[in-house]
Amino acid sequence: MKVNLRVWRQKDPVDKGRMVDYTVEDASEDMSFLELIDVLNEKLILSGEEPVAFDHDCREGICGMCSMVIDGQPHGPERSTTTCQLHMRKFNDGDTITVEPFRAGAFPVIKDLVVDRGAFDKIIQAGGYISANTGSAPEAHSTPVPKAAAERSFSAAACIGCGACVAACPNGSASLFLGAKLTHLGEMPQGQPERWERVVNMVETHDDAGFGGCTNTGACATACPKEIPLDVISQLNHDYLKATVGGRKK
Amino acid sequence: MSYSDYTVGAPVVDKAAPDGPIETRWERRKFGVKLVNPANKRKVKIIVVGTGLAGGAAAATLGEAGYHVTSFCYQDSPRRAHSIAAQGGINAAKNYRNDGDSVYRLFYDTVKGGDFRARESNVHRLAEISRQIIDQCVAQGVPFAREYGGLLDTRSFGGVQVSRTFYARGQTGQQLLLGAYQALERQIHAGTVNMYQRHEMLELILVEGRARGVVVRDMVTGEISSHLADAVVLATGGYGNVFYLSTNAKGCNVTANWRAHRKGALFANPCFTQIHPTCIPVSGDHQSKLTLMSESLRNDGRVWVPKQLGDTRKPKDIPHSERDYFLERKYPSFGNLVPRDIASRAAKEVCDEKRGVGPSGLGVYLDFDDAIQRLGRKAVEAKYGNLFEMYERITGEDPYEMPMRIFPAVHYTMGGLWVDYDLQSTIPGLYVAGEANFSDHGANRLGASALMQGLSDGYFVLPVTIGDYLASNKLPEVGPDAPEVVEAEAAVQGRIEKLLSINGNRTVDSFHRELGHIMWDYCGMERTEEGLLKAIDLLAELRREFWNNVKVPGTGAELNQSLEKAGRVADFIELGELMCLDALHRRESCGGHFRAESQTEDGEAQRDDENFAYAGAWEYTGAGSAPVLHKEELNFEYVHPTQRSYK
Repeated sequence: MKVNLRVWRQKDPVDKGRMVDYTVEDASEDMSFLELIDVLNEKLILSGEEPVAFDHDCREGICGMCSMVIDGQPHGPERSTTTCQLHMRKFNDGDTITVEPFRAGAFPVIKDLVVDRGAFDKIIQAGGYISANTGSAPEAHSTPVPKAAAERSFSAAACIGCGACVAACPNGSASLFLGAKLTHLGEMPQGQPERWERVVNMVETHDDAGFGGCTNTGACATACPKEIPLDVISQLNHDYLKATVGGRKK
Repeated sequence: MSYSDYTVGAPVVDKAAPDGPIETRWERRKFGVKLVNPANKRKVKIIVVGTGLAGGAAAATLGEAGYHVTSFCYQDSPRRAHSIAAQGGINAAKNYRNDGDSVYRLFYDTVKGGDFRARESNVHRLAEISRQIIDQCVAQGVPFAREYGGLLDTRSFGGVQVSRTFYARGQTGQQLLLGAYQALERQIHAGTVNMYQRHEMLELILVEGRARGVVVRDMVTGEISSHLADAVVLATGGYGNVFYLSTNAKGCNVTANWRAHRKGALFANPCFTQIHPTCIPVSGDHQSKLTLMSESLRNDGRVWVPKQLGDTRKPKDIPHSERDYFLERKYPSFGNLVPRDIASRAAKEVCDEKRGVGPSGLGVYLDFDDAIQRLGRKAVEAKYGNLFEMYERITGEDPYEMPMRIFPAVHYTMGGLWVDYDLQSTIPGLYVAGEANFSDHGANRLGASALMQGLSDGYFVLPVTIGDYLASNKLPEVGPDAPEVVEAEAAVQGRIEKLLSINGNRTVDSFHRELGHIMWDYCGMERTEEGLLKAIDLLAELRREFWNNVKVPGTGAELNQSLEKAGRVADFIELGELMCLDALHRRESCGGHFRAESQTEDGEAQRDDENFAYAGAWEYTGAGSAPVLHKEELNFEYVHPTQRSYK
């Protein structure tokens, strides 16, 4: 199949950037979207042009590194799918496809389709963990966890930290990412001692990093490749309210 | 003198493991180590390269202990290390099932599963620590699968007959890695760990023969800088990408290990690679990586091909009587759950007989029809739903309706830098953890044991043993102007400039693909004397062509992904030569290493314990120049080598 690509090219963080048109004549429907870009890049290199820089690593939908906005949607048109798992059979011969980076105030572009998502690590540093030094753990079975709690915790913990939620949000909010970590840890008995401190510190860091507030559009959950449910944001708000108004913090 | 005319040097000996009863060796080693005074720990600097299970866990734990840690990863966040992609689970000898499991049985299974090419002391320690790992991960909030009573669920895995694998749906690696990552981020926040993302280690700095630092490249700005420390830990993963196509992440590479090898660290058993039986088959030349379908699928899926040659009927239309469930037929007691090496080779065999399925003929069916009939679709969905979806996304076929097609693919590398019981390489002060070392899996790794080893090394072994080195040695101060540092930086600069200046006609990927074809054809599932000799010649030629004809666009002073790849592929080519030589010299079959010349009458791997019961550790003598082999004799005091049988 033949596809036309309109790709965001930006030399470095200060370059203004622009869309550039390319054509790939020999795409195959069994290719993943990243393999299509691989093919384009091979051609660009041999013709003396700079290949398109893009983030990717595992190419099996779990590392969270790939990050393209395809035809206006983070990770492209297929639901619950990362860019690396999107295959060309979802497109038609002759299609024109636009490819842009995950854009958000808190995710500055480094080059072409590569953005800096370091702010996510900062949010985790602020409290996205359970403090349990190595060696200090009690026997695993000393704390049973109800199956339902373990399941809900897992569903939230499945977040891959890709940032599609932020790229999809009209307000550039990372509330889904934030809520996912708070729900993962907050559902576990082990996560209770630090629960209220955790939510306040993580929310403050989120806001300081330049992410916007949640305006309940739900675009994040629609874009999420791992189907993190929107109710983790309700959990976030619930915990934050309880921690601040209830005076539990400090 | 040609590359294959290697010489044999002095034996290499593990001096760190205590003698005596194996059950107490680790206890006694822990008591024997010198301790670093807590007040002195913050003055001690340790570099950890890699942030997967081994590196992330080590950096976090060393930080908690109060050391001053500097950590590097090539990804944009430590959370993305490839441990994240491990699906199936993690073994631990908890015996929660009361099915006869014990530390000793896990030890026994692992030594046997590794086809008697692992060091007993290390494996026993691994089995002991397995139980603590589960405790630690639960305390961190890892959401393992649970029973209705709230207790942990387990499942069984290939190569064993007890249920000791703990899991978190099909994403166990992800959840364990996030546990280690969160512990690491906590230490970054506490100021004990300095984290450098998007930094790649390109050289090891040796001063007076000791590892004292690394040279790294900032992959965003291109800046080359040196970082100095009292000890260096490499936890940089395996080298499966030498085959180009593997289940590894695209960025996985051998460069950190290879740079250390070039500086004197011995590289052990490089030819021991694991080919995983259940991967999605290759669909065309554009293929950039292979996707694993978790081994846990073999619990309920049945593997088969048509009995008849050239049977082109749809799988559903082939009656049971005309299907060959070849694993169940050949190995009735383990059936579809035989270890990976055996399942892979059996699949290759039926494909060689031209009974393979799918467009390329390189595939076998993994069929869930019986499981769906027996358990109902819902139960199958609950267990494997995410894997089925992934399969459908990639192939466009629905595995509920049509059996999966699977084929073996390179998945894990048992070989790696040689380490002693303390995980110290042959370079003093250089420690190696996780898949990057050679230590615990012998010639074949059992399923759900990689996560166990990574976390054992990172959380529990290395933080103890590295203290002994730090407390026992008085290390001189090394400044950034030391000649060794300046020289290492210059070497890195020189190599980058060389790569950029060649400006030939072939892309880095085209070289990498060719390398992969050579390795897969001659050093893959079946190896022969003739093929390996041919591969060694082809690789030497490829290395020469690479350095004369590669085209790397752009400059060194910017984000340049072609340049990153070029450096890695150059190292992979040299590693490929060593792998072929190692495979050539080991004239026996064992585990993942199958020499066609060494098989039993019914085609099973034939070990040669008399001549090859050793780990082969290679010393580098220059690119293309014959290396020196140092043997570590393996003594089996507890698990006596037998012909492995899963029949």
